[in-house]
Amino acid sequence: MHAIVTVIGKDRVGIIADVCALLAKNKVNVLDISQTVMQEYFTMIMMVDVTAAEIPFAELVRLLEDEGKLLNLTIHAQREDIFNAMHRI
Amino acid sequence: MLSNTEILQTINMIDQQHLDIRTITMGISLLDCCDPSPERACKKIYDKICRKAEHLVQTGEDIEKEFGIPIVNKRISITPMALVAGASETSDYVPFAVAMDRAAKTCGVNFIGGFSALVQKGMTAADRKLIQSIPEALAVTDFVCSSINVGSTRAGINMDAVRLMGETVKKTALRTADRDGFGCAKLVVFCNAVEDNPFMAGAFHGVGEADSIINVGVSGPGVVYHALQSVKGRPFDEVAETVKKTAFRITRMGQLVAREASQRLDTPFGIVDLSLAPTPAVGDSVARILEEMGLEVCGTHGTTAALALLNDAVKKGGVMASSSVGGLSGAFIPVSEDEGMIAATRSGVLTMDKLEAMTCVCSVGLDMIAVPGSTTAETIAAIIADEAAIGMVNNKTTAVRIIPAPGKKVGDTVEMGGLLGTAPVMPLHTESSADFIARGGRIPAPLHSLKN
Repeated sequence: MHAIVTVIGKDRVGIIADVCALLAKNKVNVLDISQTVMQEYFTMIMMVDVTAAEIPFAELVRLLEDEGKLLNLTIHAQREDIFNAMHRI
Repeated sequence: MLSNTEILQTINMIDQQHLDIRTITMGISLLDCCDPSPERACKKIYDKICRKAEHLVQTGEDIEKEFGIPIVNKRISITPMALVAGASETSDYVPFAVAMDRAAKTCGVNFIGGFSALVQKGMTAADRKLIQSIPEALAVTDFVCSSINVGSTRAGINMDAVRLMGETVKKTALRTADRDGFGCAKLVVFCNAVEDNPFMAGAFHGVGEADSIINVGVSGPGVVYHALQSVKGRPFDEVAETVKKTAFRITRMGQLVAREASQRLDTPFGIVDLSLAPTPAVGDSVARILEEMGLEVCGTHGTTAALALLNDAVKKGGVMASSSVGGLSGAFIPVSEDEGMIAATRSGVLTMDKLEAMTCVCSVGLDMIAVPGSTTAETIAAIIADEAAIGMVNNKTTAVRIIPAPGKKVGDTVEMGGLLGTAPVMPLHTESSADFIARGGRIPAPLHSLKN
């Protein structure tokens, strides 16, 4: 199953490293990654594959949200389906 | 491949513009719970609801987490209770409402609808008993919602039922006087009620439906409002197109959630109701959409036309996005639940007469309106009759959910709490309609009911 992870917050050193470390620890594979900095705000969008993950997806969502709070970032992980439903016919 | 703009657009809709799934409502048939013994019937009702809806709340929360889309309410609708309770040898139907309430609490849902009767053409003894039980039933339960259908395009308007409902609304307000007549917020009087509506307080599970079913109501006034900001000053064709595109996106998401919930709960998918349902939160208002179209305050001249465009464009955009659209679908105008309408009412621009005109083109009717506690039962019945006439003649659903708040007068405010919001007490005409209501009988169905 594919999911989209979005990270939004104030830019600083090591954001990608922190988020990717958490993903790697839970056996989540990053398929695509893009990032940009807009008005000092860091925006990263990742497409990930959670098929091999050892924890339920809802649990991963919670872990990422908690990590976000810790790092003062907004981190969302959502199943890809919702974006496809909204933007693709 | 999805573009970053698309992904961020969706996230903005959810985070900034209050996009949500307003409700997942499980419809459950209780026709197999009839029993001559009221105690046994109540036990069957409780057991069946709990068995069917056991995993409803958990499933809703799981989907919410995985898709990252808030699902605000999980609810249950049941077969109109008068049909089930009619088999029992009792004249007091309050215990049936209590059984519904207990089941709702066990399942963890926040409303259960269906303490209902359909009396558009005539009343059975059971219908009458149910209506008589409403004031007490709504006072002693927390989550039970009641609805009565008093008219339809095919049958006309049952004016005896209208009179009875005027009295019932009044009694319900007095019975819950300690909470400013809160019981009335859970009581709707319909014309042309629909059988698959997932929204409260008017949800019930029609007899033409399957044993159990999943209906989903989507919302998103904030998203439409935001989209319209990009077409400021442009002609109405562009406004309509913008609303259609937005409604399409919102409904696609509703369809996805509905399918997922139906699959996980092993319950057939019924319909997606694509309604713009406001909340008291700033930025989640239908009134502000109308104002964005160029009106200084919602309720001024032009409001009905703006609402007509909005209601129609929402349906046109949504209908292509779901395999099955139903329920009430359109734009709701519940006064106390809409931050812009509350402001417009306080400023005196939005009046009862304008709201009545707006109900000719919105998806339902006069909704969540507080009126003075001194309002008579006959005046409330006359308001119901006017609204039912609009529904009957225009082939649409109309409803009245009105709160004659005991002890309150024009200028006061009624606090409903939570999603039900804050209702400024509105002035009504004080001239009597008593002789009109005293006539009773039936207003015949219009000529265009004869379609066969």
